Amino acid sequence: MNQTIIELVDLTKKYGSFTAVDQLNLTVRKGEVFGLLGPNGAGKSTTILMMLGLTEPASGMVKVCDINSTENPIAVKRKVGYLPEDVGFYPDRSGLENLMFIAQLNHLSEYEAAEKAEELLARVGLSKEAHKKTGKYSRGMRQRLGLAEVLIKNPEVIILDEPTSGIDPTGIREFLELIVQLSKEEGITVLFSSHNLHQVQQVCDRVGLFVHGKLIAEGDIQSLSQQLFANEPYIIEAGIAEKEVPAGKEKNGHKLNELLSNIEGVTSVKQKGKLLQIGCSQDVTADIARQLVGAGADLNSLHKKEYGLDDIYNRYFEGGAYE
Amino acid sequence: MSNQENRNSNSESNQPMKSKKRKLKRQAIHPFRVLVQKEVSDQVRSWRFIILLAIIALTCLGSLYASLSDIGKAIKPNDPDGSFFFLKLFTLSDGTLPPYIIFISFLGPLLGISLGFDAINSERNRGTLSRVMAQPIHRDYLINAKFMAALIVISVMMFALGFLVMGIGLLIIGIPPTPEEFWRIVFFNVLSIVYVAFWLNLSILFSVKFRQAATSAMAGIAIWLFFSVFYNMIINLINRATMPPKYAPPHYIIGHEKLILNLMRLSPSQLFSEATSTLLMPSVRSLGPLTMEQVHGTIPSPLPLGQSLLLVWPQLTGLIAGTVICFALSYVFFMRKEIRSR
Repeated sequence: MNQTIIELVDLTKKYGSFTAVDQLNLTVRKGEVFGLLGPNGAGKSTTILMMLGLTEPASGMVKVCDINSTENPIAVKRKVGYLPEDVGFYPDRSGLENLMFIAQLNHLSEYEAAEKAEELLARVGLSKEAHKKTGKYSRGMRQRLGLAEVLIKNPEVIILDEPTSGIDPTGIREFLELIVQLSKEEGITVLFSSHNLHQVQQVCDRVGLFVHGKLIAEGDIQSLSQQLFANEPYIIEAGIAEKEVPAGKEKNGHKLNELLSNIEGVTSVKQKGKLLQIGCSQDVTADIARQLVGAGADLNSLHKKEYGLDDIYNRYFEGGAYE
Repeated sequence: MSNQENRNSNSESNQPMKSKKRKLKRQAIHPFRVLVQKEVSDQVRSWRFIILLAIIALTCLGSLYASLSDIGKAIKPNDPDGSFFFLKLFTLSDGTLPPYIIFISFLGPLLGISLGFDAINSERNRGTLSRVMAQPIHRDYLINAKFMAALIVISVMMFALGFLVMGIGLLIIGIPPTPEEFWRIVFFNVLSIVYVAFWLNLSILFSVKFRQAATSAMAGIAIWLFFSVFYNMIINLINRATMPPKYAPPHYIIGHEKLILNLMRLSPSQLFSEATSTLLMPSVRSLGPLTMEQVHGTIPSPLPLGQSLLLVWPQLTGLIAGTVICFALSYVFFMRKEIRSR
């Protein structure tokens, strides 16, 4: 499982004076689900295009399945399934016909193509719509058909570019479950780009954070949060009742702040209206509750927050950690 | 996924499919052929092709009617084309409707433009371009297949129409064409295909360059209108402005005539009409001005097929060159283009 399947070395892509991808180094191991995370225009799509040999890098090297994508794109495309962002199909052909067309482009005979297409349509749950024209498909159905199409060539790697944008939440969940299932059952490596943190968090084994063409952090979510929040692994949010706040907002707040700061293990206290955010180096939830109640504050809620991608994201993009 | 039911219901709904499947080929075909097949079937199924086919078939029958209603008067004594009676089907008209060749030279560009104007940009706008490009095929397969498929469609259509006119004419006038006439008609059809292919490639070029299908269609139609309407007017203006005086030495006048003719020949429709009239009217002996000395002593007899072909060779090469240039340009632009999703 530790075999490298995608390898990027010092990859750079320039459009005129604009550097879309800057000295990128990245490895993806066989069988894992890797999430490329970054805001729009971070260079995710460009990186993906270079992996497929659809765009030539200015410098650096891309290897997918040990094949250089720039020099030998056809061989790479034989092993890699790519689902572009906002995938489109020939609207006046049925889903089955669209699939068969792509299958035949992959050197399958008409017969094999039909067989495989039906099997995959069943797999992605589109059997009933197989003979419906794709022009009438909904966005989510198109996306699922796209996944079937990606699978029809028996890929070793599948690359999904923003696969979940524009689908409703149920659709997204189903789609992501399908991806994970595939990766686990068939040992397919999945690389998927997104700007949506929660989806990436749900399914990815490892994540790469991308900003302005640079990979600024890489690893699984746990190690990322450890790396980033080394001194504050816990955050506890305490909600204080409304009536308490207007009574003496400033004063009261300060009092509580002081109280809490005195607890051992608490490193920072922030107040946002009626919400107190307490950062601590160890789990001191019980102490905090005791202190708050003891101080006469009406404690409404107490919530232990673990760092998710959201926080990681905020740290980087809004917190300015990347300057 | 939610598909246990799906999977089950599927096995029943698949029954008709199973029987259909027996007819499917078990031999894999080359991806390029897959692409061409798909393009051809796309073209033939599309509404615009059906509409165009209807327009062109109607005008062909109309022009056939026009030529047939007048064909009795066409037989004149001492007519050098008299022995090529059958070809008159294509060139003759009673004045109500233009003859077949004029129709083709007018509608051919429209056919070419409409088959190609959305070749590449529609793929891009539908989001299918990046999907197809992600398959293990060479990038130029797509544009080659588009060209190839449209060419096949045009060829079949042109030959079908040409032979249709021939066949109906044969039924009505009852005189079979001589072998030479037959070959002249075949070469005329080939020429029409090359002519339409030129416009096809021009519109494919626009479809690579312009993102919007409407823009590329407009660009194609603008060029077509320019050459069929305005170009002649411009040439007339130049002609009048540069006309040598009446009593100028003959070589001046001839030089001027040649200049104007060569300017005219920059227009593909001029090349086409020169070439077709030479092929279908064997008495045409030269496409440039002839002096009295050159004409002196010639017998007004038709040229043999080989000589007619030699005469139109420059026109044919000109048209092919135009086609190739347009294709090469679109090829280069397409290969350089970055394939992004929509």
